[in-house]
Amino acid sequence: MAPNAGGVKTSSDAAEQDALPVPPSPVLARVAAIAKHASSILLTFIGLTAITFIIGRVMPADPVLAIVGDRASQDVYDAVRLQLGLDKPLIQQYLIYLSNIAQGDFGTSIMTTRPVLDDIIRFFPATLELATIATIFGVLLGIPMGVLAAVNQGRLIDHIIRIIGLFGYSVPIFWLGLVALLVFYAGLGWLPGPGRIEVYYDGIVETRSGIILLDSALQGEWEIFRNALAHLVLPAAMLATFALAYIARMTRSFMLDQLNQEYILTARVKGLSEGAVIWKHAFRNVLVQLITIIGLTYASLLEGSVLTETIFAWPGIGQYITTSLFNADMNAVIGGTVVVGFCFVGINVLSDILYRIVDPRAHD
Amino acid sequence: MTTPLLSVENLSVSFDTPKGVVEAVRGISFEVGQERLGIVGESGSGKSQTGRAILGLTPGRVSADRIEFDGIDLRNAPARTMRNIRGRRISMIMQDPRYSLNPVMTVGWQIAEAYRVHTNANRREAKQRALEMLVTVRIREPEKVYGLYPHQVSGGMGQRVMIAMMLIPGPDLIIADEPTSALDVTVQLQVLAILDDMVRDRGMGLIFISHDLHLVSSFCDRILVMYGGQIMEVLDTGAMHRAEHPYTKGLLNCLPDLARRQETLPVLERDADWLLSRDGAP
Repeated sequence: MAPNAGGVKTSSDAAEQDALPVPPSPVLARVAAIAKHASSILLTFIGLTAITFIIGRVMPADPVLAIVGDRASQDVYDAVRLQLGLDKPLIQQYLIYLSNIAQGDFGTSIMTTRPVLDDIIRFFPATLELATIATIFGVLLGIPMGVLAAVNQGRLIDHIIRIIGLFGYSVPIFWLGLVALLVFYAGLGWLPGPGRIEVYYDGIVETRSGIILLDSALQGEWEIFRNALAHLVLPAAMLATFALAYIARMTRSFMLDQLNQEYILTARVKGLSEGAVIWKHAFRNVLVQLITIIGLTYASLLEGSVLTETIFAWPGIGQYITTSLFNADMNAVIGGTVVVGFCFVGINVLSDILYRIVDPRAHD
Repeated sequence: MTTPLLSVENLSVSFDTPKGVVEAVRGISFEVGQERLGIVGESGSGKSQTGRAILGLTPGRVSADRIEFDGIDLRNAPARTMRNIRGRRISMIMQDPRYSLNPVMTVGWQIAEAYRVHTNANRREAKQRALEMLVTVRIREPEKVYGLYPHQVSGGMGQRVMIAMMLIPGPDLIIADEPTSALDVTVQLQVLAILDDMVRDRGMGLIFISHDLHLVSSFCDRILVMYGGQIMEVLDTGAMHRAEHPYTKGLLNCLPDLARRQETLPVLERDADWLLSRDGAP
């Protein structure tokens, strides 16, 4: 992540001096950099599958027993064991597992008796919808709050924002969720209760992306869109509170750091307005650091927030993996973990690329 | 001396710290016209805070009987007035281009911005002016340098970019705060020569802040020697040998004489009693 790694720099300097008469082709250098990046991503993925594989094998839950049950005969047990390939050497089992994953085959869930991939395709969009909206609100509110707090450091507004942040950070989400339901659903009746959509709207919109807002909007079902949106408000607000608190806190600290830099004095000496100093000069530098923070927040929300999904009966990936875990449904747990892990790595790669675009120091 | 551009009377800058009030500048008075005034002193003598107080850019508490620039009272000037003066009338060159340039913007854009703040010029005109300015500060490939980021230019080039940026709106007074201290000795002289030419050509006033008395004496018309936030002595550079104050003499003796063998370097004399008399400035 560090743009200038000291040790590497000296060696490349030396290489540069040696190769001075023939400068290396910039295209070749770029291709090499991309290849290096891609191979490190690939290694991360392989590590991820290896770890999930090992966890799946060392778990005390016997996969054969989970399928055949306690009272099956030894013959049946052995037959299933053979069928699952558990008699083969570990490394061969891993390779089979890897090639299955590559084909999108995570096995069958015992609990739902469907292929795990089908389950994930059903459950994941609910989490994606929630996490995306929560992150958007966390960013849209958290960044201005953080900047406002930093600019007014030590004044009343700073303290108010700090208290809001502390609240979002430390109040347990299950309590906040229940109180919100109690007030806005049971008490005031402004918002609908748990679930993604009212039961009587179920199945009207054809599932394409699995994201109800998107599907209903594309099919012109605006009544359903409004209903889904209303359902989304509370759970998204819970997660957004957390995202907002974190993003605001980090923005404040990054901003304070930048405002103390000398180039800020330069900008003021030039006669720029305070708004231009803060948003044009300081914030551009804050943004470089924030990209990573926002990426990590989004990725962690995509893992699925079990508590929020449980309280709001939100059929998301967090709830799916947790329920599977309690039922010793290892195919589902590992399949879900691999998919979440892929998302996590994917978002990190994305934020890394964005970071390189925004920060000129990372260009070369 | 010509008619003063800037008059400062009894200027003080103090900071509230958890350990009590720290007085960085203690009641100094001076005037600058279209001349080159040097302010010399060691670290913490208050020379940088003096420069920043004039522009209203010190975080400390400023009090003065008078800070007047071209008939404008800068002490309680509204923010808008100050913004029109900063850059356009009084500008400041800072010490180290590695920190004083914004790392995520091209140097050319930063120079053009300094011009656009004070004019109605569009982007193209501003870029044209910035390119001309880069030529003026003797940068050979202005088109190429325009698109570079601060980390891609050397210290000497960065400081020339800084000079271009601060002179592009055509200010009347330049405050140069240790403009060459972060540079290599050979580059120092180049940068000084450029600064010298530009100040001369444009008839600007210059306040040159430095810890290096010899450098300042070769460059300025008059020198204020500061110690502990007060002015110890004011000297004409032609009359350096007539320095009377022991602190000034100490600073002058800091540089070892190559022709004369010296076993030990003299220790700079400091005396708290110098600060007791508040009438440091003659």
